[in-house]
Amino acid sequence: MKHGKFNPDDLKEEKSNSLSIIERREFLRIGLVITGVFAGGTILSAISNINKVFASTEEVAEKYPYKPHYSMVIRQNLCIDCERCLEACIITNDVPEYGYRTAILQRDVPDAIGQKREFIPVLCNQCNNPPCVRACPVKATYKDKQHGIVMMNYDKCIGCKVCVMACPYNARYFNEEKHSIDKCNFCIDTRLSKGEKLTACTAACPTGARNFGDLSNPDSEVYKLVHQIEKPVWVLRPEVGAKPNVFYMKG
Amino acid sequence: MPEDVKPVKVSEIVKDVTRSFDSSVATTWYSNLMEFLSGSKSFYVLLIISGIMVFISAMSSANAINMGYRHAYGVTREVAWGILISTYIFFVVTSTGLCIVSSIGHVFGIKDFMPIAKRTVFLAVVTIMAGFTVIFLDIENPFRMAIYNAISPNLTSNIWWMGTLYGAYMFFMIVEFIFLLIGSHKYAMYSGLLGLISGIAAHSNLGAIFGMLHGREYWYGPYMPIYFIASAMASGCAAIIFFTYLGYKVNNEMMDKPMERSLEAVGKLCTLLLTVIMFFATWKIITGLVAASGKVEAIKAMLAGPYSLNFWLFEVLIGMVIPFILLLRSKGKNINMMFTASLLMIIGIFIMRYDLVVVGQIVPLYHDLGVNEYSSLHKYTPSFYEIMVVLGGMGVVATSFLLGERVFKGHKSEIH
Ligand code: SF4
Ligand code: SF4
Repeated sequence: MKHGKFNPDDLKEEKSNSLSIIERREFLRIGLVITGVFAGGTILSAISNINKVFASTEEVAEKYPYKPHYSMVIRQNLCIDCERCLEACIITNDVPEYGYRTAILQRDVPDAIGQKREFIPVLCNQCNNPPCVRACPVKATYKDKQHGIVMMNYDKCIGCKVCVMACPYNARYFNEEKHSIDKCNFCIDTRLSKGEKLTACTAACPTGARNFGDLSNPDSEVYKLVHQIEKPVWVLRPEVGAKPNVFYMKG
Repeated sequence: MPEDVKPVKVSEIVKDVTRSFDSSVATTWYSNLMEFLSGSKSFYVLLIISGIMVFISAMSSANAINMGYRHAYGVTREVAWGILISTYIFFVVTSTGLCIVSSIGHVFGIKDFMPIAKRTVFLAVVTIMAGFTVIFLDIENPFRMAIYNAISPNLTSNIWWMGTLYGAYMFFMIVEFIFLLIGSHKYAMYSGLLGLISGIAAHSNLGAIFGMLHGREYWYGPYMPIYFIASAMASGCAAIIFFTYLGYKVNNEMMDKPMERSLEAVGKLCTLLLTVIMFFATWKIITGLVAASGKVEAIKAMLAGPYSLNFWLFEVLIGMVIPFILLLRSKGKNINMMFTASLLMIIGIFIMRYDLVVVGQIVPLYHDLGVNEYSSLHKYTPSFYEIMVVLGGMGVVATSFLLGERVFKGHKSEIH
């Protein structure tokens, strides 16, 4: 196992095209199944990472840390910035005008041919290794042992905001009405626990940019999206090591 | 120290205080009170000013609580920690530093550091209380903290450790001060040692709060806890010189030989620690310039961006270079020069804490993503209410210091 040598920056240079089909297959077989591994970063870095985490491929049992293992896959190029997801989120989760649980970021790509602007939806990544949970002094924020959603106990939060500082993804804000930090929880209280299958934003998305489901279920949309050989999948800021459960891809 | 070096009056006062604590004879208290009231005019003017500071700050803070911190304070989702956190750090750094430096005499028995011990321990208690006052007004639900810190502890959280250890620290320091007052030096030594251990542990945890934020390149790493301890000692030395000088002014007294020697030693230690801090600052910048791009941006903002005035003028010139020169030139003997140096250091260190907290947040977390929303640095300006809390904290220190000088009669101690 080669620890310490790995530098995500080196990987930026690599092109996904340079991977052989065999490599890709190997990766899919061993890597994708567990987000803990996969969350090392892009497909590329996951391949380079895989040996760091597991001694042998046998150890990479087809096992997920959570059941259901909720995850969102964002097909970035499909987002048209209609912001229906934001609206749905605000209504469903009672989000005040001064805060947000999810946002759409814009990136200009002046050199691109045709469309010159990209839209990148962001939200809490429900990290597998959540820095916010480690930092909270009173366990007001915690990772649910069953479904892996990073939850808030609104009554416990003392409002020290260290979780805001710890989160690498700007996913948290202080909600005055709740007297607590608030953040995306994949609509667990407002929808999933009431039998709905999708988060409000996913249900509202007209283009299929947002996809939601149980990553541990091979029949789920997210599983199928992430397990396509030809499509690179990545997470934001992999270098932090938070191991997100929100994945990005194109197409 | 031989008995005859000590001025007669001092020992009488000490006996007096000791007796009043031992037997609480009413007449002694009465004469103490009379003596307290007989203070000079300027003393009362200062006391009234600092008292008013605390009062106004309390009023404005009550207002801030009413209107909600989101409206009252300048902090935002992106810059969630502002001047209140940095002022809290400023106070507890000073407290820890006072504790460490005073322990050189009282815990480790180095004679030159003994005369300053009482005042120093008293000030350590005062500054930690000022720090707690400020953080109380920063945290949104401070009362919940008392409950859930106890019944729902997260042992991986640096804040939990810091809060708990600082609680213990304050307790030990108060106990130490009481033992010093009643002249029980053995027990003072033990509680001082416990205070020192919990203080250092608490303080390195405070550094680790920042050092362990792996999403924040500017702070991440072991640098912060180590730097915090080193800079605490420098703060402590500056505060000792500053307050001892003022203490003698307030009491209208001349320093005796042991006290002069003591300040000379503190001044030298201070000079040494300033070099250590300069060393830290230099390497922080040099390594920062070849770091990940987010950190480079932050360092650039310090060196040549919006924080360059803070950095070059306040941190470097006022906080380090000028005090260093003054301290060197004073040779530990020119007390006026040393006082000026300590005042400048305190100002510089206050700004240092501010920059440390704020500059760590100005580079957007999604900086590397290249999105339009996060193409420029975040801004933060302290609001009126935040500044009032800061002034209130300073008022608490000033008021307690002045009262302490009078009530404890210049913190004179027997010298062993
Ligand atoms: S994205 Fe932020 S808030 Fe969400 S789990 Fe990760 S660290 Fe916590
Ligand atoms: S603000 Fe609340 S949830 Fe966040 S770390 Fe503090 S107590 Fe925990």
